[in-house]
Amino acid sequence: MIVRVNVTVNGEQCQADDVWPGESLLYLLRERLGLPGAKNACEQGECGSCTVYLDGVLVCACLVAAGQAQGRQVRTVEGLADGAELDPVQQAFVETGAVQCGFCTPGLVVAAHDLLNRVDRPTDPEIREALAGNLCRCTGYEKILEAVRLAASRRNPGGRPGEAAEGESR
Amino acid sequence: MDFLSPTSLAEALAAKARQPEAVPIAGGTDVMVELNFDQRRPSALLDLNRVAELSEWTVAGEHIRLGATVSYTRIIDELGTRLPGLAMAARTVGSPQIRNRGSVGGNLGAASPAGDTHPVLLATDAVVEAVSVRGTRMIPASEFYLGVKRNALAADELIAAVHLPITSAPQQFAKVGTRNAMVIAVCSVALALHPEQGRVGAALGSAAPTPRRALAAEAFLSAELGDTGQWSAPRPLPGSVVTRFGELVAQAAEPIDDVRGSAAYRRHALAVLARRTLDWAWQDYLRAGHGGE
Repeated sequence: MIVRVNVTVNGEQCQADDVWPGESLLYLLRERLGLPGAKNACEQGECGSCTVYLDGVLVCACLVAAGQAQGRQVRTVEGLADGAELDPVQQAFVETGAVQCGFCTPGLVVAAHDLLNRVDRPTDPEIREALAGNLCRCTGYEKILEAVRLAASRRNPGGRPGEAAEGESR
Repeated sequence: MDFLSPTSLAEALAAKARQPEAVPIAGGTDVMVELNFDQRRPSALLDLNRVAELSEWTVAGEHIRLGATVSYTRIIDELGTRLPGLAMAARTVGSPQIRNRGSVGGNLGAASPAGDTHPVLLATDAVVEAVSVRGTRMIPASEFYLGVKRNALAADELIAAVHLPITSAPQQFAKVGTRNAMVIAVCSVALALHPEQGRVGAALGSAAPTPRRALAAEAFLSAELGDTGQWSAPRPLPGSVVTRFGELVAQAAEPIDDVRGSAAYRRHALAVLARRTLDWAWQDYLRAGHGGE
């Protein structure tokens, strides 16, 4: 069975034809819709490099069947920046040097973005927990933690780590 | 391959009756791995994500009826105080991305001996609600696991929900792995105190062909606590009791050597986990000031 999948990606209505419904959302995004931001590595949910939002929920795109994405909203790393202006998480990754080879970066950026939507000033243990499903083999994670702390401090300059979110930027 | 997208439980059951070979998929955290690696090419996938009835939980008397596709994230956020043992196990599952998609229904459907929630379901006397066009069967967790990745579901049945008793009594779960996230358990132990029944539930995972209860350990500890009046007037447990409990939990296992660990290590670690979970649970019970106060 070959199907047509309609899915909203980064606010745009997209349509893909001749889709095998058991292929992954990741394959759909990369190979059919031309969005290579989400990366393909482990294909088993272990590495987090394909992390995207599905209906606002953080998921591994490799573990969502294309047929399950029919009619849903997907937001990928390509949809985080506002035109030429990077999302604060992306900007912080650039400034802190949290990127080396770059392969894991899109997944980590989306996962960090999700964390900061839920927690304004996460503590280090909260950051580590939130990024536990994203593997980086280059950086040793220190600069990634630094990037998330920097992005958090800019999004909520008044808060201190550990304080509960105050409902902004939901 | 057919892709079936029912939007109600009735539709899903009709589809499963028509095509019993259809593989149910919800969070996809197990099924998609098999598809991605060409380990499985089912003739049909049955997507349960659009079946709203399966993604709800309700209070039913003294139980929670937990819909099969309620995510681990929601169990942690919404049911942590009422189902403490299950929430503990849920916190150890995978990563945020996996916990957002994975569910107890999926754990039960896959019936992997390493599934994190199984020992909790066994220790807490959970009951699986299996449904088909023929009707509903209530299957105790202790009768649900039949073998490695085999469960008691008939070909036309789906898991609608799991029923777990609401409790304020201490429950614990612990698992061994190489890191704190993203690990398949090397072995795991769940413990539940049932003071109202004067009984202890204990079960282990990833150390036998199926998750299983440690029946001799349960019987030993239940008798020990009952005979010494500990439920109404709890005192610190003698070290000999804790040690014996650990030995009996380890003896209930039937582990193998595999890539994650040796059988000998698993037996050793199970005894450690059993002692720890008992210590933690009993400390909680003492602190709560049960009985005489």
